Amino acid sequence: MKQRRAFLLGNDLQVASGLAPTTTVLDWLRLNQRRTGTKEGCAEGDCGACTVVIGRLDGETLRYEAINACIRPLVSLDGCQILTVEHLKSPDGALHPVQQAMVDLHGSQCGFCTPGFVMSLYAMYLEAAPANVLQIEDALAGNLCRCTGYRPIIDAAMNTLGERGAVDMTSRSETARRLLALRADETIVIEHASGACHAPTSCDALADLLDVHPEATIVAGATDAGLRITKALEHFPVMVDLNRIKELKHVAETKDALIFGAMVDLNRVRRALGAMHPHLDELMRRFGSEQIRNSGTIGGNLANGSPIGDLPPVLIALDAALVLRSKAGRRALPLERFFLDYRKQDRLPGEFVEQIIVPKLPADALLHVSKISKRFDEDISSVCGAFRILLDAGGCVADARLAFGGMAGVPKRAANAEAALKGARWSMEAAVAAAGALSLDFTPLTDMRASARYRTSVAANLLRRFALETLSPHIATRVSGGLRTLADA
Amino acid sequence: MLEGLPQDRPRGGVREPTPHESAHKHVAGEAVYIDDIPEPADALHICLGLSQRAHAKILSVDLSQVTGANGVVGVLTARDIPGNNDVSPAGSHDEPVFAEDRVLFHGQPMFAVVAETRDAARRAVKLAQVNYEDLPALLDIASARAAGGACVLEGMKLERGDVVSSLAAAPMRIDGSMIIGGQDHFYLEGQIALAVPGEDEDVTVYSSTQHPSEVQHMVSHVLGVASHSVTVEVRRMGGAFGGKETQGNLFAAVAALAAKKFNRAAKCRPDRDDDMISTGKRHDFVADYKVGFDADGRILAADFLMAARCGFSADLSGPVTDRALFHCDNAYFYPATRAISQPLRTNTVSNTAFRGFGGPQGMLAAERVIEEIAFATGRDPLDIRKLNFYGTDDRNVTPYHQAIGDNIIAELVDELEVSSDYRARRQAIRAFNAASPIIKRGLALTPVKFGISFTATWFNQAGALVHVYRDGSVQLNHGGTEMGQGLHQKISQIVAEEFAIDIDRIRITATTTGKVPNTSATAASAGTDLNGMAALDAACTIKARLAAFIADRWKVAVETIEFCANAVRSGEHSMSFAELVGAAYMARVQLSATGFYKTPKIHWDRAAGRGHPFYYFAYGASVSEVSIDTLTGEYCIERVDILHDVGRSLNPALDRGQIEGGFVQGQGWLTTEELWWDDKGRLRTHAPSTYKIPVASDRPRIFNVAFAEWSENREPSVHRSKAVGEPPLMLAMSVLHALSDAVASVADHKFCPRLDTPATPERILFAVENMRARAAGMSP
Repeated sequence: MKQRRAFLLGNDLQVASGLAPTTTVLDWLRLNQRRTGTKEGCAEGDCGACTVVIGRLDGETLRYEAINACIRPLVSLDGCQILTVEHLKSPDGALHPVQQAMVDLHGSQCGFCTPGFVMSLYAMYLEAAPANVLQIEDALAGNLCRCTGYRPIIDAAMNTLGERGAVDMTSRSETARRLLALRADETIVIEHASGACHAPTSCDALADLLDVHPEATIVAGATDAGLRITKALEHFPVMVDLNRIKELKHVAETKDALIFGAMVDLNRVRRALGAMHPHLDELMRRFGSEQIRNSGTIGGNLANGSPIGDLPPVLIALDAALVLRSKAGRRALPLERFFLDYRKQDRLPGEFVEQIIVPKLPADALLHVSKISKRFDEDISSVCGAFRILLDAGGCVADARLAFGGMAGVPKRAANAEAALKGARWSMEAAVAAAGALSLDFTPLTDMRASARYRTSVAANLLRRFALETLSPHIATRVSGGLRTLADA
Repeated sequence: MLEGLPQDRPRGGVREPTPHESAHKHVAGEAVYIDDIPEPADALHICLGLSQRAHAKILSVDLSQVTGANGVVGVLTARDIPGNNDVSPAGSHDEPVFAEDRVLFHGQPMFAVVAETRDAARRAVKLAQVNYEDLPALLDIASARAAGGACVLEGMKLERGDVVSSLAAAPMRIDGSMIIGGQDHFYLEGQIALAVPGEDEDVTVYSSTQHPSEVQHMVSHVLGVASHSVTVEVRRMGGAFGGKETQGNLFAAVAALAAKKFNRAAKCRPDRDDDMISTGKRHDFVADYKVGFDADGRILAADFLMAARCGFSADLSGPVTDRALFHCDNAYFYPATRAISQPLRTNTVSNTAFRGFGGPQGMLAAERVIEEIAFATGRDPLDIRKLNFYGTDDRNVTPYHQAIGDNIIAELVDELEVSSDYRARRQAIRAFNAASPIIKRGLALTPVKFGISFTATWFNQAGALVHVYRDGSVQLNHGGTEMGQGLHQKISQIVAEEFAIDIDRIRITATTTGKVPNTSATAASAGTDLNGMAALDAACTIKARLAAFIADRWKVAVETIEFCANAVRSGEHSMSFAELVGAAYMARVQLSATGFYKTPKIHWDRAAGRGHPFYYFAYGASVSEVSIDTLTGEYCIERVDILHDVGRSLNPALDRGQIEGGFVQGQGWLTTEELWWDDKGRLRTHAPSTYKIPVASDRPRIFNVAFAEWSENREPSVHRSKAVGEPPLMLAMSVLHALSDAVASVADHKFCPRLDTPATPERILFAVENMRARAAGMSP
């Protein structure tokens, strides 16, 4: 049993001990290391001022990604490299190209968000990520700037990422070698007065652990649990960190389905699901932010049971199933039956979500996903609608799965609306009839995101949008198409 | 002799697009904000205990568990205040540091926990046991009006002509009302203060504030010591936007209290949620208007009642609501007019300064009136706007009886109308909308005229302190604060220009009350106008001494002395600036000077509603094109064209940054930034997860920004520049009007959508539904 965690801060080996398992990367950097370039703006992973770049091994390949340091427990970065804004200058003091472009193009005003922007751009730079305007906007959706209006930052990104030099691969392979040497197979256990943290490396070990500690708080990407730390000031008596379990990070494909390990991060989910249907890619593009998608996982998004999570409606529409695992064995459960009540799921003591099985779209299926929120990017949906219908040879609805988020205490199918569709010829009239039945399915709430009336109207209109987009594709139904101009439209 | 000396201009004088002085430090993570300052040994950390009720009697506060908690050093309550328990910037004694008998809003500070770590302080706060007896709470404008309309201070009235009879006589008349939402500043760096105790009664407070002198005075009042014992310093803020004009006072006072009580350094940094819950925001308003006009759409009379939710205390609500009235004309002449403000007291957080300072709300009311007239007459709103613009020689008197002497709005709008291709795009959008049943486009051009000066005349003064050292390097201090706007850069450019030396020879220091006293807030867009002139004055004083000295040494007339390119010259004589300074020192020439400036011409009589409150006006205009989705209310800003007047720009790069940034901030105010309180008076949008400021993809897809290059300030402002901090925010009004135009298209532009703000997707969808219902002949 290993009792300490080891990682690289830049090129310096760090062995963290004596810290509460809930210590965040940001607090460790600022308070313990006095590296104050990384800022706290919100402590909830929404503003990006705390963005750092993490190098981690994917197999034997080193990958760099931006994450929010504010909500990420340091203990979850065992075996990783942490890079902060202070690491970017070259030894002679010259700014890195992404930094220099921000200076030259006036990309900073008050400067407080700037280190976070620099690190988001640096991650793109290191990964040679594609960099057209839309991709840069996506990569920066998790970085708020209140001063500039963003134009100069986008210009700086375009300038730098468009003409970047070769990334120094020698230092990268050396880093990979050092991180490989840090790898260990045994469970890490950290004991601290505030609580213990266990980090197993296999599902078997995890099942054994949860059998002994069924009350444990399971932490994956910590994009939700991190807020319990920073906002609710929770300590977890027993925390179980899943980040070292490689077998939970696999995506497998069968003839009929994609099978995701619970720890597959949301950017990988985007790549896998996005290939299935453009609406799935668009939904995942707008899921949180780049930083959140790099940390957050498919299992975490389902298991935390939020009524407004982005994945549950679409996965219910796709008829996904969960594999729940415990020491006693496995059981499969249709996802829609997992959500029992507000924040209450059908997960027995000692169980964890091991896999998510997502059936591929049947050839004759029509799929539609719409996420509606106050702001397009990096927002929580007020209503999310995900619809899959199967048409028979005569163009009539043979099967309908209409799932909604934001309309009830749990993500839920619209049984009455589905019934209204079934057997009907797929048409605007049928969609309108189904929309009319939604009032039997849902009595949504009014809250800070939307009123009940808006949710009701939009839910109905999303069925109209679905009909229009499938039946009258020449009619424009979206405003968020990127750089469309009047001439293109 | 001239050989070897640079002939060219020194680097970084005025009008050069130099980067922000801290840009390099920003991108390297080396710029020091207050939370980055190494803490003195044994520094303490403070967390405020906030009221959990909107309006209640405090029956008991039991802090025994708090004081017994791990790491807690002590607590602070009203009883620990040796001086006055008040940080009201208005002098109205209505803003306690700690509530005593009653709490007046949900989130009001009641006590503070002082602990060894911030974490310990935050945890301990939760252990307080408070018993309340709830009292009726007035949470919004409607309920405050219904309860009798008690105000935080007396409202103002502006009046010119006989509005009542002019309205009655007008051929056409519309009455209406508009709800205008508030806005959180969402500065990325939250409120923070670090206090370090000194000997005797001394304390030094590092405060993230736009107004160090006020923090100094507040801290001295709360501690009960003279101002000379309190030094307040700020190098930079991580954004402010008005939110740190007065709102930093309380945090600084609490930090100073703890520092003196425990004789240890003490830091108070609320987390984002506490910051948003407990500090003031832009005022939300209800604007009631009555307008009379003729068949062409020419306004004959306009009557406004501007009601504002001020919150539990006056704070800056007086001047904010005043400025709303000063701007309810925007760029339009009202032959007869009346405007009355109603600064309502409510049981919510005390609203405060925010970029534009009431002006935006007043101007939105003016633009709504224009829109109403356009729909009533069936004319393009731009034609109604142009018809009603202020004249230059006649039709140029404002509701406050100041004649506008520098009006350029007509030329500016004409130029933008052409450069933005407004008329052709109007036609193209008609065609687009006819062919597009779901997505609708909208277009609007709105003008901006914004009065520059503090309406409190005495604030229009500034000081500076310039030191020239023996090596020819210059240290520059002035009373303004740096919050990202590039003030320090601009003032360094002004001083570099005056001494004709490279800008890197000038170092600007943190703003501190110890160097320049009795400063005004860096606010009202006036930072450069005031402090730039004061710094220029100080530089001129030293330069005159140097010139007199060297003229005497060279035996030439002082008028022949010329400073250029890091040197001083006269005929055949030449010497580098550094040599000159070294020689002057040896000759015992004083190389340090203060500078001072006060804005001329201005005066204001609030009771009479008459005067000359503004030194000059800044102008601008923008054209926005949007598309909306009539099924969901979602929208996108397709294109924005801006033409803005900065006079003769001191730094085009920084000015463009203010224009673009101000526009996007204004866009957020009018679209996605929604403050939402529940029925208990709890703000539920108190973090970025729920409060949505624009992100990168929200910026206009096409964003054309130009200066009115031909404009210069007609008043002798510093290098004939114009203030640029606030005016661009209001350029975003064209977004709201373009959205409204798109909404109106679903009913063939027959009805005015009367879109309230923020125009969230929800509001857009409801407005579309309303238009369709009206078009179908149903009641509105």
